[in-house]
This record gives sequence, C-alpha cells and structure tokens, in this order.
Amino acid sequence: MIKRAKTTQTITLTIDGREVTVPAGTTIWDAAKELGIEIPGLCHDPRLRPVGVCRMCVVDVGERVLAAACVREVADGMTVQTNSEKLERCRRTLTELLLSDYATESLREQKTGDDALLALARDYGIERSAIELPAGDGRPQDLSSPVIDVDHAACILCDRCIRACDEVQHNNVIGRTGKGYGSRVSFDFNVPMGDSTCVACGECAAVCPTGALTDKRLIVPIQPRNELDSVQSVCPYCGVGCAITYHVDRDANAVVFAEGRESPASDSRLCVKGRYGFDYAKHPQRLTVPLIRRDDSYPKGPLSSAVKGERRKKPGGLVDYDEVMPAFREATWEEALDLAANRLKEIKEKDGPSALAGFGSAKCSNEEAYLFQKLVRAVFGTNNVDHCTRLCHASSVAALLETIGSGAVTNVFADVHNADVAVVTGSNTTENHPVAATFIKDAAADGTTLIVIDSRETGIARHAHHFLHIKAGSDVALYNAMMHVLIEEDLVDHDYMRDFTEGFDGLRELVKKYTPEMAQEICGIPADRIREVARVFGRAGSALVFWGMGISQHTTGTDNARCLISLVLLTGNVGRPGTGLHPLRGQNNVQGASDAGLIPMVYPDYQKVASPESQKKFEEAWGVSLDPNPGLTVVEIINGALVGSIKGMYMMGENPFLSDPNGNKVRKALANLEFLCVQDIFLTETAEFADVILPATSFFEKYGTYTNSDRRVQVGQKAIEPPGQARFDWELVCEIATRMGYSMSYKSAEEIFAEFTSLAPSYSGLDYENLKPAGKLWPCPDPATSDGVQLLFGDGFPTESGRGKFVPVDYQPAAELPDDEYPFILNTGRILEHWHTGTMTRRSKALDAIEPEAACQMNPDDLTELGVDPDGYVKLSTRRGTITLRARGTPGVARGNVFVPFHFREASANILTNDVLDPFGKIPEFKFCAVKVEKAGSAA
Amino acid sequence: MAYPYEHPREERMLSRYFGEVDAIGIDGWIERGGYTALEKALGTAQDDVIQVVKDSGLRGRGGAGFPAGLKWSFMPKDGKAPSYVACNADESEPGTFKDRELMRWTPHQVIEGIIIASYAVRAQHAYIYIRGEFVDIVRVLNGAVVEAYERGYLGMNILGSGYDLDLTVHTGAGAYIAGEETGLLNSLEGRRAEPRVKPPFPAQKGAFGMPTTVNNVETLASVPHIVLNGADWYRQWGTEKSPGTKLFSCCGHLQRPGNYEVPLDFSLKELVYDLCGGPPEGRELLGVIPGGSSVPILTVDELDCEVSYEGIEAAGSFLGSGGLIAMDDSTCMVRAVRRMVEFYAHESCGQCTPCREGTSWLTKILRRIERGDGREEDIPLLLDVGSNMAGSTICPLSDSAAVPVVSSIQKFEDEYMAHIRDGSCTAKR
Repeated sequence: MIKRAKTTQTITLTIDGREVTVPAGTTIWDAAKELGIEIPGLCHDPRLRPVGVCRMCVVDVGERVLAAACVREVADGMTVQTNSEKLERCRRTLTELLLSDYATESLREQKTGDDALLALARDYGIERSAIELPAGDGRPQDLSSPVIDVDHAACILCDRCIRACDEVQHNNVIGRTGKGYGSRVSFDFNVPMGDSTCVACGECAAVCPTGALTDKRLIVPIQPRNELDSVQSVCPYCGVGCAITYHVDRDANAVVFAEGRESPASDSRLCVKGRYGFDYAKHPQRLTVPLIRRDDSYPKGPLSSAVKGERRKKPGGLVDYDEVMPAFREATWEEALDLAANRLKEIKEKDGPSALAGFGSAKCSNEEAYLFQKLVRAVFGTNNVDHCTRLCHASSVAALLETIGSGAVTNVFADVHNADVAVVTGSNTTENHPVAATFIKDAAADGTTLIVIDSRETGIARHAHHFLHIKAGSDVALYNAMMHVLIEEDLVDHDYMRDFTEGFDGLRELVKKYTPEMAQEICGIPADRIREVARVFGRAGSALVFWGMGISQHTTGTDNARCLISLVLLTGNVGRPGTGLHPLRGQNNVQGASDAGLIPMVYPDYQKVASPESQKKFEEAWGVSLDPNPGLTVVEIINGALVGSIKGMYMMGENPFLSDPNGNKVRKALANLEFLCVQDIFLTETAEFADVILPATSFFEKYGTYTNSDRRVQVGQKAIEPPGQARFDWELVCEIATRMGYSMSYKSAEEIFAEFTSLAPSYSGLDYENLKPAGKLWPCPDPATSDGVQLLFGDGFPTESGRGKFVPVDYQPAAELPDDEYPFILNTGRILEHWHTGTMTRRSKALDAIEPEAACQMNPDDLTELGVDPDGYVKLSTRRGTITLRARGTPGVARGNVFVPFHFREASANILTNDVLDPFGKIPEFKFCAVKVEKAGSAA
Repeated sequence: MAYPYEHPREERMLSRYFGEVDAIGIDGWIERGGYTALEKALGTAQDDVIQVVKDSGLRGRGGAGFPAGLKWSFMPKDGKAPSYVACNADESEPGTFKDRELMRWTPHQVIEGIIIASYAVRAQHAYIYIRGEFVDIVRVLNGAVVEAYERGYLGMNILGSGYDLDLTVHTGAGAYIAGEETGLLNSLEGRRAEPRVKPPFPAQKGAFGMPTTVNNVETLASVPHIVLNGADWYRQWGTEKSPGTKLFSCCGHLQRPGNYEVPLDFSLKELVYDLCGGPPEGRELLGVIPGGSSVPILTVDELDCEVSYEGIEAAGSFLGSGGLIAMDDSTCMVRAVRRMVEFYAHESCGQCTPCREGTSWLTKILRRIERGDGREEDIPLLLDVGSNMAGSTICPLSDSAAVPVVSSIQKFEDEYMAHIRDGSCTAKR
C-alpha cells in the first residue's frame, strides 16, 4: 500500500530577502504566498498537481536554469528571487509569445470577463498590435459539445483541463496531440469534443484560464461574476450534495452559471447535472397558477393520448400540455386550497383517517418533509405517509436498523482515501453519484484496492483492481461464500467480534455450505476469484463498503444488505478511518426526508410510531392524539387506492406514475382515487389524474436544509424569485392544515427547522447560522467548533445490547425468473444526464440535448442475434406491459440482460417492472424481472 | 570488411572491432575477450565497481558530460524499491551517429556495460530505449539479448553470482525528445515523451516512479574496459577532467566523413583537417559545429583547441555528443540555421510555452530573412526571443534551438545583413 506520507520536517529559505520556514515538500509558489508574495502564473491552479509548463512563474534560485515556482520544492538555505529585470523580461516575452497568436476575441473575456492571459497583458501594458512577432496560421474552434465551447486559438496549452479531466474527475478524455507549434489539446483520439467520451462535467471549463474552454449559455448570456449576485447553495440532484455557487442575474431573475464551491463533500467538483442542469427552473412550462379539474373532465382518467394508449403525433417528449391543460381551469389560491382541504376533510370524516395518505418527496427540504409528515400524522390522523426512499434504500435501512440500530452511513464517502480496500457493489457510481465516484477513483489511483461487484460492467468497474461481474440477483450467494472463505482462513477480527457483535454462531453455521464452488454455480464467479477477493478484503487494514440500488431494489434487498453488514462486522471494519458502511443515497435529501420522519413507521429521527413513549412525545409536541399504528408504504398505498381503501391523497413533489413499479397498475390506482391533490413545479404525468394542482416553488426559489448521503446537513439558499403565483411548499402545507382545522403558521423555513431539531436528537444544536457555509454532519454535539461526527460506532451500536447483530440469510432467487416466453432479465435504473422521472432534466436544455431519447442497453451480441440494427428499436414486454425504444449495444451488459432507464414516459421502464416487494423493506424488485425482447420497426 | 575511413592516429578502444562481422555474435565476442569484465565485476562489491568508474573520470557521452560514477552513486543502496537502468539509445541529435555503430558492430560490448552498470546500481531490470528507426539494429540487439540470456549473462543468478537482471529492448516511435532522459522515461512508460520537471532526478524517481539510472550507449560501452583494466589504464588517454577516448561522428563538408575515436586531448583542428581530410577540393571551411546541432558553431579560427570537454568550452562551444558538422563556403548560414531551428520546432514536445511558441517564431522570422523579407529589427528580435527561450524551460530543447541562432548571429551577422539589406546570399555556389 503506497500512500502519501505526511511530513513534519520544516525547511527555511529566503525569498526576496525575507526568511520563511515551511513544511518540507512545499513549493516555492506556496512558500512565497506565505510571505504575501504573488508570483504570476497561468498553468498553476492550487487544486491541481503542478506541472510547471507555462513557465510564467519561473524564479531565480541561483541555478543555470530558472525554476518554475509552482512545481519546484523548497530546499534548506535556498535563496529565491521572484522578481528581477531578467525575470520580468522573460515573463513579458512569454506573454507576447502567447498573445501574438491568441484568438482575436476571447470567449472567456466576453463571458465571465476573467481571461488570465489578457489580464497579464494588461499588467505588462502589452498592446497586441505592437507585437512584432508574426501571427500564426490560426487554430480552429470546436463547438460540438452541447455545454462547452472549445476555441483552440485561445488555448495556451497550460494543461489545466487535462489534469482536471485526468486527476480531478478521472475521466481521461482530454490529452495532448501533435508536437511543437502543432500541439493541441485533444479529446479521445482527437475527435470533436461532442463526439468524444466526454461526460460534460465541465471541470475543464472551470479550470481553464483563457478563452479555450468556456461554458455555453443556458438561459441568459454569461456575464462577468462581478456584475452578478452570487448565491451559496447546494445541488438539487443527487445524494452527494455538492456545494455550488449560483451566479444570478437579478434583472433576468435567472441563474446564469454555476460553479462548484469548497466543501468536504464535493471539493468544488460538479457533474453535468449540477453544473448545467439548473435551467429547468426557468422552463416556460412551470406551473404558475392553481388549477382545478373541470367538471366535464370527470370521470377521471388519463388525458394525454400517450397515456390513453393512442398513437402519439410524434414520439418522445414530456407531458403534452396542449392535450392535458384543457381539462383544468385556473383558480384562485383561496378556491384551490379550500377545495383541497374540504375534500380531504370530507374523506377523513366519511371513511376515517386511514382512507387518506400522503406522498412527500426526497427532493423537498428537511423543513418541508417534517411539515408534510406532521400534516399527515397530526391533521389527517394517519401514518400513511411515505416517499421515494421506499423505492431506493428502504431495504438497506431495514437491514441497518435491524443489525446496527441506525439507518445512516457510518462514514463519509471522501474517507475512502484512507481505506486499504474499498468495495463498490450494485452501484453505477460514475453515473449516479458522479462526484462521490471521483473520490473513489482518486483513492483507487492512489493505493486503495478497489473491488467492484456488479451485474453490469459500469464506469467505476474500469477503475477497479478486482471486478466481479456477477449474475443479476445472486449477491447473497457471493457474499456468503466470501464470508465462508474469511471464516475458513481465519481472516476475521476476533477481538472486534468479541467486543462488539452477537450472533456469530448462526452465521458460521449458515455459511458453511456456501463454499466458493457452490457459489460459483449461482453467481458465475469462479471459485478461485471468490477466494482471492475475499482474501483481499479480509487482509485489509481498513475497508469501506459502498452500495447502491443494485443491492437494495430486490425482493432480497434486505438480505443483500444484511450480508454486507455481516462482512463488515466480521472483519471489524466500522468506526475507524477508512472503514464503514455507506449506502449511497439517491436523492439530494433522501437522508433528510427520512430523518424528518417521512416514513410510515417512524416519527422524526427514527422514533418508532409503535413506541408509546415516542407517540406521547409527539402528541405533546403537536397537541393532538396520534395514530399508534404504523402506516402503509408507497406500494401498499397504491394497492390501497386500487382496491378503494385509500380514497384521498396529497402528493408533494412525487410522480408515482413513472417512478413506481408496474405502471399500468399505478395508473389504474391513480384514476381510482376519489380525490388527488398534486403539488409540483410542472404538470407531471401523475397530475393528469389530479383534482387540484398547486404550483410550488423549485429548489432555486426557496430556503431549506438538505441532508446528503454523508449525513451532511447543508443550507440551500434562495437564488431567484418564483414564477407567477407559485408558493413555498411549506406554506401550502400550512394552508391545508389550517383549513382542515389544525392551525399551522411559521414565519420562515428556519423556524420550522428549529421545531424539527428540537424533536430530533440527531439534529440537536444545528441552526441556519452554524450550518453555513459548508454544512455539518449529524450528529454534531458541538456545532460551534466541530464539523460533526464523521465516524460512527467505534465503540458499539445503538442497539438494545449495544452490539452489532449478524443476521445470516440464505440465497433466494428473484421473484420472477426468465423462462421460455420471457427469456431476458430486465434491470432498470438511472443514466448520468437524467434524474428520476425526467420532469427536471428533460426540461434542461443541455441535459436534454445530450440524452434526448429513451434507449435500453443490451449486449451487442444479443442485438446481432435478434437482427436489430445499430441504434435500431426493440419491443420489450413483460407480464405487465410493453414498451418500444431504441437499443444501444453496450458490452458491459451481460448477454441475456436488458437495462432500461426509467426517466422516459414514452418508454416507461416501470410499465415493465414487477411490483413484488421485499418482505422487510417493502421495496419493489426494480432490478429483476423476466422480459421478452423483439425487434421493432420504430418507436410506437 | 574494413570499417570505412580508419585512421592510424585513432585510439580504437570502443571501435576496435567495427567492421568485423565475427565480433557481432556472442561467440566471436567472447573470443575477443568479451564478458570477462562482467565476470570480474560480479566478483567485486557493487560500491567498488562504482568507485572504479568514478576514479576513471568517465563522463556521460550523451551530451551533458555528467560524471558516470557520480550518477550511479545517487542510486539508493537499501534495495527497498525496485530500481532500473535505462540505456539511452535514442540517438537523434542531428549530426550524431556513433551509438548506432556501437550497437550495430558490438552489441555485446553495450550489453556487457549495461549488465555491469545494473549490477553496480542494484537494478533488477534494464531497458535499452532505442530509436524505432534503427530497425536493423533493433534486430541485432534482440538477437544479442537472447544470446546473453542463453549464456547466463542475463536472467536469474547471473554466472552463479546470485544477481538477477532482465533486459528489455524498447523501441521508440521517432520523437527526438524521447532522447531527453526524462522524456525517455515517460515514453518507456507508454506516455508521451514529455520531459519531466527536475528535481526529482531519475535516481530519486525515474521509470515507473522508481530510482533509475539513465546512461548513453557510448558511456555504458566504455564501462567494461574500465572495469577490466582499471581507472589508471583508462586515464592514459585524455586530460584530467576529460579522460579516455571518444567517438566523433564527423559529417558535412569533409573529404572523409565518418566515426573517429580519438583520445580526448586530441586536437580539434587535426581531427577536422587530418583525420577527416578537411573540406572538399577547392572549398574553404566556414565553420564547425563540434558537438551536435545544439552547440554553438565555431569559426575556422576557433578550431585550434583540444577536443576535451573543457578545451572546446574554452573555444566557445561544447563537446556535446561529439557530432561534428563541418560547413564550407558553399553554405548559406541563414538557411543552415533555419533548417536546424525548424528541426527543433518540429521536435518540441509542446509543453513549455517558451519552447513551443518560441521555436515556431524563430523559424518564421528566419524564413522571412532567408526569403529576403527580413527587417533589421529582426536581428535584435531574434536575439531577444532566443535569450528568453534559454534557461527557462523544463528541458534544454529550448536552449538548443536558440543556440545556433544566437551563435550564428554573433559570428556571421554579415550573412544575415546581406539577406536583409540586399536580399542576397554570401554563399559561394
């Protein structure tokens, strides 16, 4: 294991006649900075490994050759001259050399106004027209990328973009081509950027000092930073929770561009969605007025031709407003809110509280989640409140609560750097948690042995030292066999098990029969490879385990997670640096929404509904009596709607029409509801079935806190004004509650947060002031001085016995296995550019341009065998429905498998999926069902 | 066949068997005393081998003239990390063609030197990084490496000594810059041959991030002779600071161009006029570049010096690689310099701004002067750009490109002015 050693040795040197003492290994550049001496430079960026190629920062160290300050390390007794006539002449000549051949118009100067070369030229008083050097032959522009303009004429070959791509994001797309004057940055094998494997993270444009790589305009023209307001906030997409500065044009009321900002969670890095996916908030289809379904649009049913099963005018796209809007009429807030409150109240009075249910959303803030569950529990009088966590990590949380007494991660993802071994299983990290993936890739490049286990060979697998391409749904067999090897070869941590675990005997008995040879038959990994990987894991001084939906979205999801937990307990990999359990959370606030109690069986902070003590606590806090029975989960509520036991629903930001399994059943269920109130920012597919639609504010238009996958609570700040009459989600919840007879009134989101933290011990002590600027990890006993607790459970677990429990489980196959009629295995999930049901990302110009259409991924050999042309169409059918979409040959997908992204309504993956549930986590089996694949002519 | 242009005044230590086909194969080489130096070295402590090379005063023959023994002594002795030796056989300096002859005629002389060097610095793997264009020589070397393995001079437990060494012949892809020692290491690792920032030097962090010694072919070929015969024997030739013999690749306007091996205290003038026979009939020499195109040109009046490192330096140039280029009065100096600078512009790796941009501007300005479109201000402009290109980059290629420009302006400004003022050329056609 080769890790960078930390040094404590110091070096004393003289810079411009002044003495300075710095740690060994410091560069002259940094040492000079200590003294307040700024050395000019173009290729150096403190976030990047210095290379010393622009030569602008050369200084005199008394050698024959001038040394580049950015890369030369200090030495004892060194005498450095950072400024002299000779150096100035040299820097001036360099500036002239670069400028004489520079682009006539710098795109950076035109956009953000901070072209570093032109700034240097101004400092040296160089007029371009006065330069006597002959101009070059001109270098071309490349405008092929949807998000970045490339101007080779403005490229000074400083290498920053190459290092950002290779070493920050580890995408390895940018390199150099040519020699001498013909040198140029190139994408892949010198193809246009738009045709390359570039994933459009924009890190290159963020570090480029000149007009060579600049962001394209999204909403309004990009303007200099100092002419814009900057708002420190976070990303609205995934659970990584990247910190972002939004630069806002107040006159246009629009975000102009986004930049990563310093935070332990994201280190200023962003992905394509975070950097270029913010423009949906300004989409013309935003809901701006409350809507009520017209009387003549009853009985309820689907409105758009696509949902009715009619042939669409053109394939693809989002909800057709022209088709759906006529069914609704505009209303005043008074009318809409009264109607919603009254109808919900009627149902409660007529059919009882349990006929009502609410879906909150992990896209909303902690405050909104808290208030929404309070509404359902205290006002509706039922615990029928759930959200999309049910569909992502419910099984992981069930297993974690059962075994270690806490549903959250035990360590942050960036700590992977301290791990000897990292396991990534069932996670397409590079697409679904792109910035977390950069930390894992960093570690893998720096000595951490990376083990990737997946049924698809995804981007992260390319960085793995060991990749196990398992058969879909065979996880338990593999992990049991790994534990078999660990126990057989005594690679377990006896001391740890003695002090902190229980139930080992049962596990040892069960895994006895899972020899690697036996597991090989089930998971398809040769026995020797299982042994090899088990040994790597068992011998690691520290190991961190990451997992995603590939583990959780199975009927055996809880079992899968139990196995991973057992692996970690067996080897004592909890509570120390570089160890832990990290289920990578999907939504930006899925951790927070769960923490806030948007779960049918627990109040905020996982206080059990079934516990009389908790019930009493919340009855006192909220001043009402509460239902002691845990409520229904997402799929159970939909089933209830179908059979008529659930009659009225309030949905805040959820779109079950696309996100829930067995879509045709969901659609029938939605149509069957007596009353549905949908609160959202766009007219979703689900809203077609609504009686009342309330226009809400987007992420960018409100304050709130969001808790990321690491348990980091961060403040999202309001960047722009909401459109039309749209209102804060929390205000609308208060309005409904008050109109239903329970007075709710808050002055601000901050006030709601204070109420929530007073009831949630894990959040105790946190407030908006101490959460800025980079947030805090919960728990945080001392917010004034600490960033919060990074490592949990170094000294036992919050279980009754204080010990972590081994729960041995046998392998069970998936619920619906392939057969002659449905011979393929269907797997579903996300792709890099899109988010869940596409309501946001498909309305983002850049993201839609990159991935405008649904496409499934299949092994190229399967496509050849089916006679499907490259980029041709296939028809996919399961026992529940049929969709038609393009097929992309993807070698990483094993033969006999099909992967379908679930973002696209015109080819909704969830028409196909099986709504059978994991018995513990109640999560549906999104990752496995039997499917038939046929060649199709074109999109239906 | 007799090697072309032998001369009785030569001192042929390295080139003794040039032209003898029998000396190429391992049997012929052993008959001529080959590999006895290796046997002797393996029976000597590593540090003693380094010491004898240090004592011999052998200096690097690739161009920089750094003392070889001293370079070896920088390698770690604890054996904790893997370490390497790379033989720099990427001979590409214009006017230099000595290494290819050493490898062509005496591959085992080179291999024996590599094995001894590797033993001395405790390397486990050695590489010969060779120009890809030397297709025939690559074949010769590969054959010789196989022979050396077969006879137990390479591989595990060499000659029963317990020392293991593997040797790989690695071909380059035709970039001049791969001959710069850290560019070579990058290329060896499969990267673009871009020179690395130094420090760290290769002995600290070289191939694959591990300690590495990079030596020129001629340097390594000299090692067996020194180890076998001792430092004092080697010092019978040359001067205190420049002991031994050296191959000079002599080309250009000479009656008998070719490789000549002379002691380092030999006269440069005699090398040019006696061994090489001076310029062709009826021509006068204009100047001589004594050490490859990256060293300053000497006028005929400056040739009265020793060919030692210090002798040529005193005359105003450098010994460099020993690639001697003679130019007679038929030469257009502007054109010759433009051609040289074009070479460097083409071969710049493009990393450092002064080199990438500077070589290109020098070329363009020289082109317009050669065409007769130059301006008088171009002379100070060339000198200004040239002086700011030198001494400010990662590797010396930028300096190399500036040298012929600056030195030719200093010594042949009239020729430039003739082009600029009159649009004419002083070359005698």
